Amino acid sequence: MEKIAEKGALDKPVVGLPPTHTITLRVNGSEKKLQLAPWVSLLDALREYLHLTGTKKGCDHGQCGACTVLVNGTRINSCLTLAIMEEGNDIVTIEGLAKGDELHPMQTAFIEHDAYQCGYCTPGQICSAIGLISEGKAKTTEEIKDLMSGNICRCGAYTNILAAVQEVWQKEGGDINE
Amino acid sequence: MNSFTYSRAENLETALQEKTTSLEGRFIAGGTNLLDLMKVNVEQPSHVIDIRHLPFNQITGNDAGGLRLGALATNAETAYNEQIENRYPLLVKAILAGASAQLRNRATNGGNSLQRTRCYYFYDTATACNKREPGSGCSAINGFNRIHAILGTSESCIAVHPSDMAVALAALDATVKVTGPNGERTIPFLEFHRLPGNTAHLDNNLDPDEIITSIDLPAKGFAEYNTYLKLRDRASYAFALVSVAVGLDLEGTIIKEARLALGGVAHKPWRLPEVEASLVGKEVNLENLKNAANALLAGAKGYGHNNFKIELAKRAIVRAILQAAKMEDLT
Ligand SMILES: Cc1cc2nc3c(=O)[nH]c(=O)nc-3n(C[C@H](O)[C@H](O)[C@H](O)COP(=O)(O)OP(=O)(O)OC[C@H]3O[C@@H](n4cnc5c(N)ncnc54)[C@H](O)[C@@H]3O)c2cc1C
Ligand code: SF4
Ligand code: FES
Ligand code: FES
Repeated sequence: MEKIAEKGALDKPVVGLPPTHTITLRVNGSEKKLQLAPWVSLLDALREYLHLTGTKKGCDHGQCGACTVLVNGTRINSCLTLAIMEEGNDIVTIEGLAKGDELHPMQTAFIEHDAYQCGYCTPGQICSAIGLISEGKAKTTEEIKDLMSGNICRCGAYTNILAAVQEVWQKEGGDINE
Repeated sequence: MNSFTYSRAENLETALQEKTTSLEGRFIAGGTNLLDLMKVNVEQPSHVIDIRHLPFNQITGNDAGGLRLGALATNAETAYNEQIENRYPLLVKAILAGASAQLRNRATNGGNSLQRTRCYYFYDTATACNKREPGSGCSAINGFNRIHAILGTSESCIAVHPSDMAVALAALDATVKVTGPNGERTIPFLEFHRLPGNTAHLDNNLDPDEIITSIDLPAKGFAEYNTYLKLRDRASYAFALVSVAVGLDLEGTIIKEARLALGGVAHKPWRLPEVEASLVGKEVNLENLKNAANALLAGAKGYGHNNFKIELAKRAIVRAILQAAKMEDLT
């Protein structure tokens, strides 16, 4: 009973409605028009408004990497940016990696190496790994580890994740010099 | 997060104007620190001014023969810039030692120096903190202060500045270029951050209505002999307990010029030019380096949990100078 009363109260706000903006986000190649308050993070816009729940909310403070997405080709933490700030940018989430039934090579490598563990950090790990390769800065295994360290895996699947990243990296012409 | 209004500044004039007219307004650049603090209600701006589209994202030459880092260039763009890599490897090492690849892709050069302390009481609005709420007291002095300052502290605050990049910029003698309603001015990096004194809420000497437009590096980059040694609880993705930025000029094993800046020990990057001067003409050997380390830590004071930092810093200084001089076998 109480719940209904509360909901009724919510329908008739005493204070003004939050200021919203009409913004257009370009996500996985298509434009989405949204009505959002300025404080909605990109992460919340993806999950709560666009129902792209592949991107996960772990810490919500930039400390775990679960929310990693690619923006204009580089990886960022979607929890620490406002959706409204991302207008005009090209956003790619885990849902946008496969082409139809054909998985992204990084997704395939994760399967082959049993690098998928919990569903929680895997999407962020894969987006991060793709960003790592396109940034092209890792030259050694140590550097891969360092540049993947923004993604925390609580179950300790790091070894298999490293193997998957290395495989794609070598296929793309990277060599291990150590 | 509190509710706020948002605007995207299209040029410097409107950015400054909006800042002056909104008392509790904040600029947002990368957002990686501001949004973090807004989520825990430490920052509660009424208006957020997005400055990311202002034209300060280039890295170019400057009049001094050095380089000008746009305030809005990202940490990643800066660290992976070829000129920076060649001329200021110390800066590259410091930037890459901080945060994560994701964060560095968004974090900007201006925002990095303005990031606020990671003191846990500062983040916890249920506790007293002079930095967050002037006059309320400091919970860290008699609390858990393992990560806190040992140099330049005051009774009102013992927080450290968390930036790695700033430590390298201090060692390199960078300058900060700012613009405000009264025009432009240049602040030497060493005078940019402040000690807490009895105004712990002020981290730096930037006026509230000023904006950082660039950070200038002088011509001299100590490209041959340099190091950034960062000691922390995890191998990566953790703030420094103690860090040391070193730039040297050597002739054989004799020091011609030395720059030493410490991070993780004070409210600002810690540098004592007199200690650097005392090393000039001296040989790189353990005795000379230990003397310099002792001099840099003179006046250090522990607050219980962080007492270990004093000895840690001294040893880190010796190790870092040897590393920079490529003479690590001396240890
Ligand atoms: C999990 C985590 C780990 C981290 N680890 C490290 C680390 O190990 N080492 C390290 O050094 N840093 C670390 N950081 C901090 C990170 O480097 C900073 O958050 C970042 O550099 C801030 O830059 P920004 O552009 O995102 O700033 P913002 O969050 O946009 O802004 C920060 C402040 O500066 C103001 N501001 C920004 N630009 C300007 C300007 N041009 N003029 C005037 N005011 C301006 C804003 O109003 C705000 O008050 C870490 C952060 C996180 C979340
Ligand atoms: S050390 Fe400074 S930031 Fe931390 S609780 Fe004390 S006053 Fe606040
Ligand atoms: S949810 Fe964004 S980093 Fe943890
Ligand atoms: S894969 Fe999620 S905790 Fe390891």
